[in-house]
Amino acid sequence: MTKLTLNMTARFVVLVLVQVLIFNHIDFMGYINPYVYVLFVLLYPANNNRTLFIFLAFLLGLCVDVFSDSGGVHAAACLTIAYIRPVFLKFSFGTVYDYQSIKFDQIDFGNKLTYFSALVFIHHLIMFSLEIFNISKIILILEKTLFSGIFTILLCLIITILFSPKRK
Amino acid sequence: MQQIINFVLRNKTFLVFLLLFGLSLFFTIQSHSYHKSKFINSSNVVTGTAYKTANGIGKYFSLGKENKALLEENRMLKSIVHNMDMDTLRLDYIDSVRLDSHFKFRTADVYKNSYSQTANYLTINKGEKDHIKIDHGVITSQGIVGIIENTSQNFSSVLSILNTRSRINAQLKKTNHIGSLVWNTESAEFAQLIDISKFAPVAIGDTIITGGQSTIFPKGILIGTINSFKIDTGGDTYIVNVKLFNDMTNIGHVYVIENLQASEIRSLQKPKDD
Repeated sequence: MTKLTLNMTARFVVLVLVQVLIFNHIDFMGYINPYVYVLFVLLYPANNNRTLFIFLAFLLGLCVDVFSDSGGVHAAACLTIAYIRPVFLKFSFGTVYDYQSIKFDQIDFGNKLTYFSALVFIHHLIMFSLEIFNISKIILILEKTLFSGIFTILLCLIITILFSPKRK
Repeated sequence: MQQIINFVLRNKTFLVFLLLFGLSLFFTIQSHSYHKSKFINSSNVVTGTAYKTANGIGKYFSLGKENKALLEENRMLKSIVHNMDMDTLRLDYIDSVRLDSHFKFRTADVYKNSYSQTANYLTINKGEKDHIKIDHGVITSQGIVGIIENTSQNFSSVLSILNTRSRINAQLKKTNHIGSLVWNTESAEFAQLIDISKFAPVAIGDTIITGGQSTIFPKGILIGTINSFKIDTGGDTYIVNVKLFNDMTNIGHVYVIENLQASEIRSLQKPKDD
């Protein structure tokens, strides 16, 4: 248990720092940035205390918010995907999985892609809606959600593949 | 009572979610109103130190460009100084209390800059310890950058002109028609000048400078040139697309301007506003 706690703390700090120091400054094509820190929420062990989990997700978002002067938009988005995550675990991995015991380094690529995409797009939609905060700019919101979402999903998949423990 | 406690215990995850979501919405709404983003901003010790470390590594890569910009600025200042009438120059040095020296300039390094969001901020490495206060102006040698929004002991955050909340008094250089400089979030290269009277002789290529009406910037700081313009839907004013002189995506060193007469001007204007 302590090993897990230590592991999660390290992941939290590293993801926040990498996000605010590197990924917030990519600005591909002028405005497309990946938000890789959602990996913390995506890969958090499913069988843990849920109240603690959504609190941690909130804290994660708030840390990124403080660094990027964005009020509470990341916090709100992270909190929401953390809260609705069980639904998408069931949806992506089917009811045949007992979703209390998913090991994220042993799942199919296809399932992983659906699971990542669903949560990342919801996260980005909430985040950009709150950031832009203007219903008449709905096209801009959707555009940013789509492009940044694709970028985030790609990077998340690459990172999970690179850092997955060796199978053989 | 027992039932209420049971209800809370059963739905504690949902209640925590609602509470935290409300809190983050509160922070978000607060960040959309001017001078209210007190709690969540990057001018605190933790974020300042993190950005300082990263900047310490990164700044060596742009030294060449910085040198070039400094050289260019020096050349410009030298050409002004040497083309000036020698008598006026000498007078300035003899008379220690100059009438127009009520703007104080301080230098600062930019630790963090963003331009891809709709609300962009910069973080700089000077704070209250260096006498930087809220509502000081921030410029570079090429043009304006923004206004100080929050300060801590050692760091300050700057509301960039690339922010939907930014509104800066500006005017045409050749006449005194004033307007407000805002940003429509579309490109980091362009800002928009609105509320320019339709009687103004607007022409493509004209220079836009800061107006003398604000207590933040001195009159005549460069902003940009007119790229295109059209009449507002109301029909009374122009909306002018301004190409900024500053490359807002590449800002290393800035000057912070303090107007020593700001409080005096504000106290004079106050009774009229009420």
